[in-house]
Order: sequence, then structure tokens, then C-alpha cells
Amino acid sequence: MKLVRTGRWITLIALALLAGVFVRALAFTPVERVQGPAQKIFYLHVPSAWCAMLAMALVGIAGILYLFLKDPRFDRFGEASAEVGTVFAMVMLTTGPLWGKPVWGTWWTWDARLTLTLFLFLLFLGYLVLRGAVTDPGLRARYSAVLGICGLVLLPFIHLSVYMFRTLHPQPIVLKPSAPSLPGPMLTTLLFSFAVFTLLYVGFVVQRYALGMLREQAETAGGGAHA
Amino acid sequence: MPDWWRHGWIVARKDLLVEFRSRTAIVSAIVFTVLVLVVFNFGRDPTAVAAIDLAPSILWVTFTFAAMLALNRAFQLELENQALDGLLLAPVGRSSIYLGKLLANLLFVGIVEAVGLPLFALFFNVPILPVILPLVAVIALATIGFVAVGTLFSAMTTRTRFAELLLPTLVLPFMIPPLMWAALTTGALLAGRPLSEVGGWLRMLAAFDIVFVTLAFLLFPATVNE
Repeated sequence: MKLVRTGRWITLIALALLAGVFVRALAFTPVERVQGPAQKIFYLHVPSAWCAMLAMALVGIAGILYLFLKDPRFDRFGEASAEVGTVFAMVMLTTGPLWGKPVWGTWWTWDARLTLTLFLFLLFLGYLVLRGAVTDPGLRARYSAVLGICGLVLLPFIHLSVYMFRTLHPQPIVLKPSAPSLPGPMLTTLLFSFAVFTLLYVGFVVQRYALGMLREQAETAGGGAHA
Repeated sequence: MPDWWRHGWIVARKDLLVEFRSRTAIVSAIVFTVLVLVVFNFGRDPTAVAAIDLAPSILWVTFTFAAMLALNRAFQLELENQALDGLLLAPVGRSSIYLGKLLANLLFVGIVEAVGLPLFALFFNVPILPVILPLVAVIALATIGFVAVGTLFSAMTTRTRFAELLLPTLVLPFMIPPLMWAALTTGALLAGRPLSEVGGWLRMLAAFDIVFVTLAFLLFPATVNE
């Protein structure tokens, strides 16, 4: 199938570029003065957090579109995006503590952003569990759309909370009202990494979407023997 | 009174009537609340941790569990004899059904909280009387927020496998922000801090309520329409 191949190519290109991110981050970006080499993880952590957020937002938008247009493609996209988002959320939640231990001196703190991104991860899991618990495809699509939309609406509350707590977590340094306060080479590496992770997200989602489509076809052909 | 409000009240009254005729759910929810409070008492070392330090978490964990019980009940009630189909066939709007369920749930959880709060003050020797009004306001705001989301989700989960397990899995991530704000506010109030200090949390709670009640009204039809 064409879509599977497209997805595979995008993923391969993104993976090759990811190697480029590693090389650039390790060899061609200056070491941060205070945090030392531990800061390098920033180039993976922040982009994967971005992808997890993006995935949740797109799950919500796909939900809205599904409820309006009743097009099963949006549901399939939501499913794909949620699964890929789970993976990125997991990357974010593992790289975070790896950085936190040397820099903060603790693997985990109950700071607002950590807590709430943990719940973003749980939201993804809830979404996937809900999909697993409903057998009827129409019902499943509507239920997951509702949950996805609620998740999308929860995100701004998460973001607002971050500013209201006293927190250990670094404050935003790129997307903030004033100019980015990151030195040039670091900013370039970060933006490069953002682009690569987004491409990786697209590659994964296209593949997962194609897989979902193939599965549906197989189920229709098999008369729902495995239902 | 607009029609949808009147219809909503009829649905709520039906639920409450069913409840007060049998009283199984409300009594077990209250007993459960008392038991959770008692368990908390044995879960701490009274010589090491002052009750007042733990008070906000005790209060809010108890209310969370109690609310879960209530939320599961709301649509489970309609499963028997396919009562939900009957309700959907009735000449009332979908949003009125949601409104009814929401009102009934709020009343149910409210009663449990009204019993739980004095007992909490009694068991843990927490002076709630000086701050009773702001405390009740915080409890009301937080309860509206998570009952609104919970009622919406329970309409979905009752018709799935493992409903009792699935509902907390879905609702808890949504309950955490209001719970967090409510627990922080409760802590500040019990510590005698001025109201102005918790204004930000109260505003967040109110915003959460407005957004999620509206959203639930809009999304509810999608969970029941065939």
C-alpha cells in the first residue's frame, strides 16, 4: 500500500536527521556553563514534549472534526495521533528525570509542569484504554472524540497552572513574549531538533494511520471473526 | 422557567426519587466516606504529623473517592431494563437529560460532602468554623467542576466493559487540576491565610467550572445519540 510506504520513507528520513541532531547537539553546540553536559538532553526532551502536546491537540481537533463531519478518517487519525503521542510523552517523561537527577539533585519533584505532563500521559493512556473497551466502531469513534476534545480543553489549564506555581522547572525560554534568551547555536540546534521530531511524528502517524486502515479492511474481509 | 431547565429538573427528580426510595447508594457512599476518614486516621503517626498538615489532602482524597461512587451510579441506574432508551425517547432535549443527571449527581455528592465535612472536622480536630463560608465555596466550585466532567464520562463508560474501573481512569486526569487548586486553597484557608491570597486559585476553579460545564452540555448528545 502506498500510504505505508510513504510513512516508512518519512520515518526513515526523520531517523537519519535525528542522527544529525545527535551529532550537532553533542559536537557542534557549546556546553552549557552551569548545567554541563546534562543540558544536552534538552534537545530531546523539549521537542518530545512539544510532539506530545501537538499530538494531544490534534487528537482533540480530529475529535471536533469527527463529531461535525462523521468522517471515519478523523477517528483513525485520532487513534494514530494518540498512540504516537503516548510514545513521545514517554520519551519526555524518561528524559526529564535523567536530566533532573544531576541538575536538580532529584529524579522527580511534584512541580506543576511535571505533575501535569504526567497527567497528559495518563490522558493518552485513558484514551487508548477507552478505545479498547468499546467494541462498536461508531460508538468508539464518538466516545474517543468526546474524550479527545476534553483533553484539548484541559491543555490550556495545564499551561496556565505552570505560571501560577512556584516551580523548579525552567521557565519557557523560546516561546515567550520577549525575544528568545537562548544563545544562537543552541537555538539553532533546538529548532533543528523541533523540526526533526515533528517530521518523526508525521512519519509515525502516517504509518499508524495506514495500519489502522489495513486492520479495518482485514476485519471487514474476515467478517469480524476476531471481534 | 425555560422548558429545558424544567425537563432537567424532572430527570433529576426521577433519579433522586429512585435514590431516596432505596437509599442503598447514598447510605453506602456516606458509610464509605466515614470509613475513608477513619482509615486516614490510622494511616498517619499522630506524634509525628500534625492533623492540620494533612487535613487538605484527607478532605480532598475522601471527597474524590466519594464522588467516584456517585458518578458510577448515575448512568448505571439506566442500564436496567434499558431505561436509557426510554429516557432518550422521552420528549426532552439531550441537554436536559444531562442537566438532570448533573443536578442529581451534584445533590448526591453534596449530601455526602455535607456529612463528611463535619466528621472530618470532628475526627481531625480541624477548626473549620472560622472559615466555613469560603471553605464551602471552594468545595462547591471544585465539586461542580469534576462532577460535570464525571457525569459526561460516566454516560460513556457505563456501556463499556470494566465501567467501574474505566471511569476513574478517565476522570482522574481531569479531576487533578481542580483538586490541586482546591487542596491548596483549603490548606491556605485552614492555616488562616487571607482570602486575597487564594483569589487566583478560586478564579481558576471558576474558569474550569464554566468551561467544562459548557463543554459537557455541548458534547453530551454525542455520547448518547444512536
